[in-house]
Amino acid sequence: MKLTRHGLHSEMIEKIERISGEEISKCYQCGKCSAGCPVAQEMGTLPNRVVRHLQLGQDERAFEAEAVWFCTSCHTCESRCPKGFDLSRVMEALRAVLLRRGEAPVRPEDLPAELFAAAPQQAIVSCYRKYVS
Amino acid sequence: MKYGYYPGCTLHQQAEEFDVTTRESARALGIELEELDSWQCCGAVFPLATDAVINLAAPFRALAAAYEAGVELVTVCAGCLNVLRRTNNLVQNDDETRDKLVDFVEEDYAGEGRVHHLLELLRDEVGFESVSERTKRDLNGLRIAPYYGCLLLRPPDEMEFDDAEDPQILENMLAGIGAHPVSYPLRMDCCGAYLPIGELEERRNRAAVAVMRSASAAGAEAIVTSCPLCAHNLEQCAQDVPGAEMLPVLYFSQVLAYALGLDADSCGLEPDGLHAGVCEKIGIGEVK
Repeated sequence: MKLTRHGLHSEMIEKIERISGEEISKCYQCGKCSAGCPVAQEMGTLPNRVVRHLQLGQDERAFEAEAVWFCTSCHTCESRCPKGFDLSRVMEALRAVLLRRGEAPVRPEDLPAELFAAAPQQAIVSCYRKYVS
Repeated sequence: MKYGYYPGCTLHQQAEEFDVTTRESARALGIELEELDSWQCCGAVFPLATDAVINLAAPFRALAAAYEAGVELVTVCAGCLNVLRRTNNLVQNDDETRDKLVDFVEEDYAGEGRVHHLLELLRDEVGFESVSERTKRDLNGLRIAPYYGCLLLRPPDEMEFDDAEDPQILENMLAGIGAHPVSYPLRMDCCGAYLPIGELEERRNRAAVAVMRSASAAGAEAIVTSCPLCAHNLEQCAQDVPGAEMLPVLYFSQVLAYALGLDADSCGLEPDGLHAGVCEKIGIGEVK
């Protein structure tokens, strides 16, 4: 692919920065986040690669990454990041944009009734917050 | 000292044993917990999007209500602790967001209050030695894997719960009541949180299975946690990995209250069910 200077910024990336409060260029791609991520093996695109897509202006590839939905906001990445970059917030901003477009991965009506009897309220509320609205 | 108790929604529903044993443990240790008159669900997750101010309204209201009542808050749910403490930090440090919340909730609050976890009070106010002196039962060296997960510890600079890479608070509590805390690699790893609830394909619950295996391989006979979501995911491992060695999952307060003299039934221990092995080891019923 061809990289050009003007391709590295977009309105969407500025929006991600506003919602997350994080400066995307702060990350220098050491990969420590991906090394310590407890769900990295499920993510398809590793967490640091999601940031790299944003740094290169490829916001659509960041949105397509399954990592956005597999991130559990456990903050292991942030607590070990040598740059103090809060990747959890960037993942949340990506989720927020998708949810606000109506692109939610979970529909409450599809959840099995037995789940509501068995799961703790904390689980149901957090699932709704992260996957529904 | 009297504290305002914030049980959270799960302790009033699915995790009643967590609520009962928390109240009884506190009572036995001279900590007065009085439930807040009015509170609602904290929202379970701290909103990380900077523009999701509305999601801060419920925890803000609980914090303001406790301050108004002149009490400091105590909770034991890891989710509630995380949301309440981080909201309080935000209210202290972000004037713009605080002003919006003050206007919306119509409570004048600027983060003056404090939020405690019961374990922190045991460590910092009561002291684990004193807890140990007040035990009425011996846990007979039951090998327990303390499971921290995420919410108690991270983000470290906001939670300030314990050393985020080598916490000892659960280990010290367990040792104080006559159990044998087991060290294992995944004690601070995420259990998968809400991933299994959303049923994101067949990969659900792999993180919890890894935690269960890690504790089991280290020779634990039970796992304790302070998080209903962690407890649920760990208990679901049996369904996802048929034949996997399953350890009973308990709240830390269940073993604490039992050691302090509460009867096994009130502690939610099931000698004929899930906790048969644990009950046999600790010899249910004997009070010294």
